[in-house]
Amino acid sequence: MAAPIASASASGAAVPLVEMTDIDKSFPGVRALAKARFELLPGEVHALMGENGAGKSTLMKILSGVYTRDAGTVLLNGQPVEITSPRQAQDLGVGIIHQELALMRDLTAAQNIFIGREPRRFGILDERQLNRDAAAIFASMNLKLEPTVRVETLTIAKQQMVEIAKALSYRSRVLIMDEPTAALNDAEIAELFAIINRLKAEGVGIVYISHKMDEIKRISDRVTIMRDGEYVGTVPGADTPIETIISMMVGRTLSSDTLVIPNTADAPIALEVKNLNRGREIRDVSFSVRKGEILGFAGLMGAGRTEVARAIFGADRREGGDIWVHSKRVGISSPKDAVEAGIGYLSEDRKHFGLATGLDVRNNIALASLDRFTGPGGVLDEAGMQKEAVGYIRQLAIKTPSDTQEARLLSGGNQQKVVIAKWLLRDCDILIFDEPTRGIDVGAKSEIYKLLNALAAEGKAIIVISSELPEVLRLSHRIAVMCEGRLTGILPGGASQEEIMRLATLRQSSVVESATQRKTA
Amino acid sequence: MTDTAAPAAKSGPRISGAFHRLLAFSGLIALVVAFSLASPNFLQTQNILAILQATSVNGVLAIAATLVIITGGIDLSVGTLMTFCAVVAGVILTYWGLPLPLGIIGAVLAGTASGLVSGTIIAKLKVPPFIATLGMMLILKGLSLVISGTKPIYFNDTPGFNQIALGSAVGSVFPAVPLPNGVLVLFAVAVVAAFVLSKTALGRYTFALGSNEEAVRLSGVNIDRWKIAVYAVTGAICGVAGLLIASRLNSAQPALGQGYELDAIAAVVIGGTSLSGGRGTVVGTLIGALIISVLANGLRILSVPQEWQTVVTGTIIILAVYADILRRRAL
Repeated sequence: MAAPIASASASGAAVPLVEMTDIDKSFPGVRALAKARFELLPGEVHALMGENGAGKSTLMKILSGVYTRDAGTVLLNGQPVEITSPRQAQDLGVGIIHQELALMRDLTAAQNIFIGREPRRFGILDERQLNRDAAAIFASMNLKLEPTVRVETLTIAKQQMVEIAKALSYRSRVLIMDEPTAALNDAEIAELFAIINRLKAEGVGIVYISHKMDEIKRISDRVTIMRDGEYVGTVPGADTPIETIISMMVGRTLSSDTLVIPNTADAPIALEVKNLNRGREIRDVSFSVRKGEILGFAGLMGAGRTEVARAIFGADRREGGDIWVHSKRVGISSPKDAVEAGIGYLSEDRKHFGLATGLDVRNNIALASLDRFTGPGGVLDEAGMQKEAVGYIRQLAIKTPSDTQEARLLSGGNQQKVVIAKWLLRDCDILIFDEPTRGIDVGAKSEIYKLLNALAAEGKAIIVISSELPEVLRLSHRIAVMCEGRLTGILPGGASQEEIMRLATLRQSSVVESATQRKTA
Repeated sequence: MTDTAAPAAKSGPRISGAFHRLLAFSGLIALVVAFSLASPNFLQTQNILAILQATSVNGVLAIAATLVIITGGIDLSVGTLMTFCAVVAGVILTYWGLPLPLGIIGAVLAGTASGLVSGTIIAKLKVPPFIATLGMMLILKGLSLVISGTKPIYFNDTPGFNQIALGSAVGSVFPAVPLPNGVLVLFAVAVVAAFVLSKTALGRYTFALGSNEEAVRLSGVNIDRWKIAVYAVTGAICGVAGLLIASRLNSAQPALGQGYELDAIAAVVIGGTSLSGGRGTVVGTLIGALIISVLANGLRILSVPQEWQTVVTGTIIILAVYADILRRRAL
């Protein structure tokens, strides 16, 4: 095999916790895995990488008993096993932290951890024992959390800790984490990594699935790369250049196209926001975007970037502030007003807010412009809709068998394009993208970037909110940085990461405090 | 330092949940006060007992419905199942002439069996609860007519039968408080149901299923089995309701029953149980059932026509759910 193979040097002699070889799995019409393989050593963080659809999640679902394999062998501690249910996987010491947190929001933390294994006395639940056991696990994780607190009231990060506690309560030796940091801020990520390191030291093997390169470099001992359901190779985490990993993922070398900042200084201002306010989330935010310009919004989680976008779009009420579109003051009090003013918003949560997943591509594209296709008697002009939809499918290179394909069947990147098409058809010339590439694989990302550049070149005014600094840096002609609801500065494109982080953490005393040890008075 | 292991009773939303019950409870008190001021006939022992008696059947049915609604499901068959169980008791006691305990057991078993069927259709065949129990509602309605021969079955040969609801064990000890047995049955069902919900694994899974069914499944729990069990318990409680209504009427009326499920669901909703599942209490449901009976009774005493009573009940349902939405928004 030509692919490079690395082994964790420290524990080269140890029996692997997990050895999966020649795993095949097919779903109706799709071959998800073909001779896939994976190895996990004790005390190792092993990252699993690949584009969406590469088969990472399927492989891990086989290991955790959600799916059963069609062919191949799975060894746990050198012993062949058949894992047929999540319960059995747990009993064998394989725990999984799902990407979509699988917690029962109405139950307490302790009740969640021991669901299915509640301690009982005389057939009656022993709540006190339950809370004691949960508290013991939290203590072992060095986690300050009340066992009786309802999960609903916890932050995403804390909920994740509850999931980890749940996995640990099964005495898991193998812990699978699927995109664990997707919703965490930097301080919370540091907390998570501290727990991962503690688990490592105890000999737990961790499978780490993530799209974030910097995390992979920081935390993983080895990286296994998959493509199209097949094993590509395994490389050491720290010493392998990111470009190598990416080229293994996509099967080609990505041209890292450089940022070109067009001169938009004389272009007319498309959108101007003055003194936007909303409680503690948005404090006195003012900025403007010119035609043909991409304005990036950087900041830590909770800095108020999404809140600003939603307030401009009329999705949330604003308490103060004026919005000017093409030098005309507009009163926006609902998304309908915003759309009529030519503002389109692409939310970070496509499935919930952007896309009607049950409808086909054609109807999704036409969704915001149905009035245009409504003929006499309220009958929809299907032919007209089809013509427009097909046009946008071609223009944006949306990969779909036809315009009547259900939108939920498209990949994340193509779903994103469908939403873009929807706003373009609606004649929106101010587009706000909130985390446009979240959950989208590397190849599709660069396509979205190209598309955004093309839209700007056509004269659209574009706002891009992103939590990934490299993304902001690659796209933005100017970079607005927010912190705790305030706009702390607007930097020119190509600014340094350090400069952005400085503005993003300005006056953020609380984060600094919790990152270092908290001092109690 | 606070000890993390110490179970603390306080947590935000739980207080808010209690707040909704408090709201429903204050609504009930406000209604009682208003009707007492409006009419001297309202706050009489006789009338209060009548209200409680009138609540017993709907209250028991509403508790039955509460369980499935907390799982995120619904049971539209509770009304006709109640009638079916009453008819089964009638067949056992009157047609076959068997002793009273067998009639009681038969009615409860019939309810359990029907619940097992509904639960199996929902859990195993994956038919949505609304459709499955809509079908069961019609099936049971038809079966009641079939096995009764489409005519009422009277319990004149079983002298003790009407004592189930109408007798008064309390009154025979304390003549001043002739609390009907039907009300005792309601309270007993409420206590048992509350215990099951808060203290048993069945109760825990009831909430867990309504909260995040997929998560329960991924936790290695056999969700089908527990879901079926919840519907079976609901069915068994409907059997109790069937005995209560048959005892009160001293007959099993096969044509009765449809429409009762809506009153039951209304009581559940007014009591703060979420139709999307995951949260709810028996106490809330009891309060909800009482609000409906107090309204009906009070409006009747004030000579408000029946048709307007229905309008008021409908309005209360919407207001109750709106109050819940306001609470969540404030969360």
